[in-house]
Amino acid sequence: MATLWRFTLFLCMLLMACGGLSLASKEAKTRSSQTETGTHNTTEEGGHGAGPITTLPIVTWKWDHISVQYLVALWVLVCWLCKLLIEANHNVTNYIPESALLICSGFILGGMIWGADKVQTFSLNPTVFFYFLLPQIILDSGYHMPNKLFFTNLGAILIHAVIGTCWNAASLGLSLWGCHMGGAMGDLDIGLLQYLLFGSLMAAVDPVAVLAVFDQVHVNEVLFIIVFGESLLNDGVTVVLFNVFDAFVSLGGGRINAAEIIKGIVSFFVVAFGGSLVGIAFGILISLLTRCTKNIQIIEPGFIFVMGYLSYLTAEMLSLSAILSTTFCGVLCQKYVRANMDESSVQTVKYAMKVFANGSETIIFVFLGISAIDKVIWVWNTGFILLTVFFVFVYRFIGVFFLQWILNRYRLVPVELMDMVIMSYGGLRGAVAYGLAVLLDEKKIKEKNLMICTTLIVVYFTVILQGITMKPLVMWLKVKRAAVAEVSLLEKITNKMFNHTLVAIEDISGQIGDNYFRSKWRHFEEKWMTPFLMKPSARKKQDDVFDVFHQLNLKDAMEYVTEGERRGSLEFVRNDSAILDFKKKLESEYTEAMPDIPPYMIHDDGAIRDHIPSVSLEMHEQTMKAMREPEAVDVHHLLDQHLYKSRKQYRHGFSRSDFKINRDEKEVQEIFQRTMRNRLESFKSAKMGVSPPKTLVKYSKKEQQEKVKTKRGNKHTLPPFTDASGYDSSYPSFSMRATYRPGGGIENPAFMPDLYPTDLLQEIPPWLAEGEPDSSMVAPSLRAQANLPNSPMEMHRLGLLPASTRSTDTKQMNNDQLPPPPTPPPPPPPSGHM
Amino acid sequence: MGSSSSISSAHLLRLYDRFESLDRDNRGCLSPDDFEALGGLAMNPIGGRIMEAFFSSGQDTVDFSSFVRILAHFRPTDRNRNKEGAQQELPSSRTRKLKFAFQLYDMDRDGKISREELLQVLRAMLGLQVTEEQLQSIAERAIQEADLDKDDAISFDEFKKSLEKTDIDTKMSVSFLK
Repeated sequence: MATLWRFTLFLCMLLMACGGLSLASKEAKTRSSQTETGTHNTTEEGGHGAGPITTLPIVTWKWDHISVQYLVALWVLVCWLCKLLIEANHNVTNYIPESALLICSGFILGGMIWGADKVQTFSLNPTVFFYFLLPQIILDSGYHMPNKLFFTNLGAILIHAVIGTCWNAASLGLSLWGCHMGGAMGDLDIGLLQYLLFGSLMAAVDPVAVLAVFDQVHVNEVLFIIVFGESLLNDGVTVVLFNVFDAFVSLGGGRINAAEIIKGIVSFFVVAFGGSLVGIAFGILISLLTRCTKNIQIIEPGFIFVMGYLSYLTAEMLSLSAILSTTFCGVLCQKYVRANMDESSVQTVKYAMKVFANGSETIIFVFLGISAIDKVIWVWNTGFILLTVFFVFVYRFIGVFFLQWILNRYRLVPVELMDMVIMSYGGLRGAVAYGLAVLLDEKKIKEKNLMICTTLIVVYFTVILQGITMKPLVMWLKVKRAAVAEVSLLEKITNKMFNHTLVAIEDISGQIGDNYFRSKWRHFEEKWMTPFLMKPSARKKQDDVFDVFHQLNLKDAMEYVTEGERRGSLEFVRNDSAILDFKKKLESEYTEAMPDIPPYMIHDDGAIRDHIPSVSLEMHEQTMKAMREPEAVDVHHLLDQHLYKSRKQYRHGFSRSDFKINRDEKEVQEIFQRTMRNRLESFKSAKMGVSPPKTLVKYSKKEQQEKVKTKRGNKHTLPPFTDASGYDSSYPSFSMRATYRPGGGIENPAFMPDLYPTDLLQEIPPWLAEGEPDSSMVAPSLRAQANLPNSPMEMHRLGLLPASTRSTDTKQMNNDQLPPPPTPPPPPPPSGHM
Repeated sequence: MGSSSSISSAHLLRLYDRFESLDRDNRGCLSPDDFEALGGLAMNPIGGRIMEAFFSSGQDTVDFSSFVRILAHFRPTDRNRNKEGAQQELPSSRTRKLKFAFQLYDMDRDGKISREELLQVLRAMLGLQVTEEQLQSIAERAIQEADLDKDDAISFDEFKKSLEKTDIDTKMSVSFLK
């Protein structure tokens, strides 16, 4: 019943909106030929001074003042309502991709308007499309591009983008011309050059369509990135080809000689590289800008959008490839922006970009549908249209297979046959082709309407038909799908071991693997780019695990609060049946987050303190139901946090938040020292026949360590409950104490050598200690026994104590820097472009 | 060389050059010192184990054929592309790679990864701030997840089963040994 009501409500709104639109269009028609949405030349001259008035009007009908703006807003609303309607029913969207449904809605809307006006008043205007709808989609793609995956496969992507597109254009144009000569198309006034022009605009695979269709299919990431990367990078070729052939058509066939052709080829390099350089320049500008915007965190996110848009426009102004420019701008700035900006700004950018990109995509597809309902463009020529569709389809397959077959010889993991089939099948044409077709000059190209019509039909064929059949095809061909994120512990450990093994083998066999260049780039980046583009404070925080750790803590804290509120109180914290570790963490975190909670809420149970401490603060998956299995999650997270990094990092996966992986000197030292000690020990024991005596656990008070970690984590947040600056001021000395051991956790501020029997320490360094979980071996000093801290406030007090000089790790204790611990695997990818 | 490693002669030549350059005292075989001279290997948490893998069957020198045989484990496999497009490699090469990996864990060569052996690997690969209990709980959990016949150790078959989703070929191949 409720759904029925909802449905009727939407229908009414839609009808009203369409009614409004027809009314508006009637008004607009009476004014001038204003058939465009979004053009901002207002008809103000019509509004003001509209004839002499005789009495004071109380209200007036001011349609003319706001007609354009009203239309724009109304259209956006209507498109998004269509999407709302479509998404209401998931059964349908499982079979038919959303883009196809949006186009169909466009048909319906166009039909309604045509029914009202008998003429097409709205269509996808190329100006609006290229300048208002496309840039944000490209910016979003660039900003969320999985960089590692992209650059690993860059060779394949470039070959497909450049050579594949050229092949598509040439083959299509020439075949059509051949058929024309052969008489298959009847009487058409199109010359060879025009055929080539048509071929060049049909050749480009469209990023919007690719994203929309591949989004629901979830093929494996290599396949996706090759197709998607190709769709982005082929803009360089498309722009050049289109402009070159357009110029040739204007020049006429006679004036084309070798010089012009050479100029055409040169222009390709200029356009492509120029566009990329513009993008890189803007990316650098954005990074530099975000370095200084600490004081205007409110509008900080806006800079990304404005500069991204400027990069698009600048490239367009210089007649370079605008899509390439925006893509590389996003690709370059993503890392630095995420590091420099405050966390809430990063989130804002991410969500705002998604809103714009998705919104634009919706509008584009709806208008693609509406544009069809226009009697003027429906020039039917069976031969031309059918042959175009056929050739586009076939030549794509031929091109992809041939190129990939060559590429496979140079790949470590060749792309499989079925993947190649999907790559060819995924060569979808979309709005870019249509936009270019509408841009044709009808004075030079007489058959422009035929071309537009054909383009639309090809677009519908690819997006609707191929879109619908893509998923069944993928399943039928058993193409490898995107990897499931869940891995068992043994897999994780073994994966890491493989990494280390490969590095060792490369060392032994003395060959330079492809990660040689990667490590060279990383050195360059660390030495030159990061200091230039990243805030100093952000540089310190660069370790990924800390980042993830911190995010998870935040998320956990918020989940905890919502859970607590849902249950009415925080009473369940006192629940004894809860796993004690879990509770302990919750308390410490919670009191961090809400210092106004009175201390009696903290569970003061001395017995708990001696228990085996929790291993991690990950509560991400620990809902109340999952409390049975905290250990599992803890262990996974622990592993992710603490595994050493190897040099060779072969990380697939759509980590939208890209985790940087860099090598730490201290970790190397640590491993080395440990290895040497091990050898020394085995040597000693072999000689003397004794095993190294067992000593103490490294830290006396784990829970304090956890609390310290929490504090550290929360220190860098803008927690929703408190003011960040308040935190910073109250724990100034804390940051000095809370040092990281290299590759390790936080130095315990409560570490006092009194705790340990010093003679043992001097013989066996702590890192060799094969500690026992038995905390009874700890001999706490009197001082420690007297005031064991059990709340963060008291922890703070402890933190002010000077570091003891009797520690054996003096050089490490004085180290303030945060070394980057190893990275966890990326979080499960969010559903595609949405 | 054996039928298992049919590396091309160009690669063999390169490997021989490398072998000779590693063999500092020109004895025609490698000793542990030669391996340890490689700085990178010392930095590797499991460098010692990898070294052990070369010195199989109790010998303390590695001659060229063993050198190549071990390295041959890391050749990328030739995929059979059949009609279904399913990933099919020569089953023996995947098994061989897995066996190599298994032996990196199983130092005493008893065919099972015991908890102690897993603990040693973990200790080597994990950072220092991980405490002993944490290591134990990780090892415990790993064995729990993989151990199907509940004998508290991971046999080779269980190992293979738990890694069946992993793309061993990508993870254990170096391109220049093709």
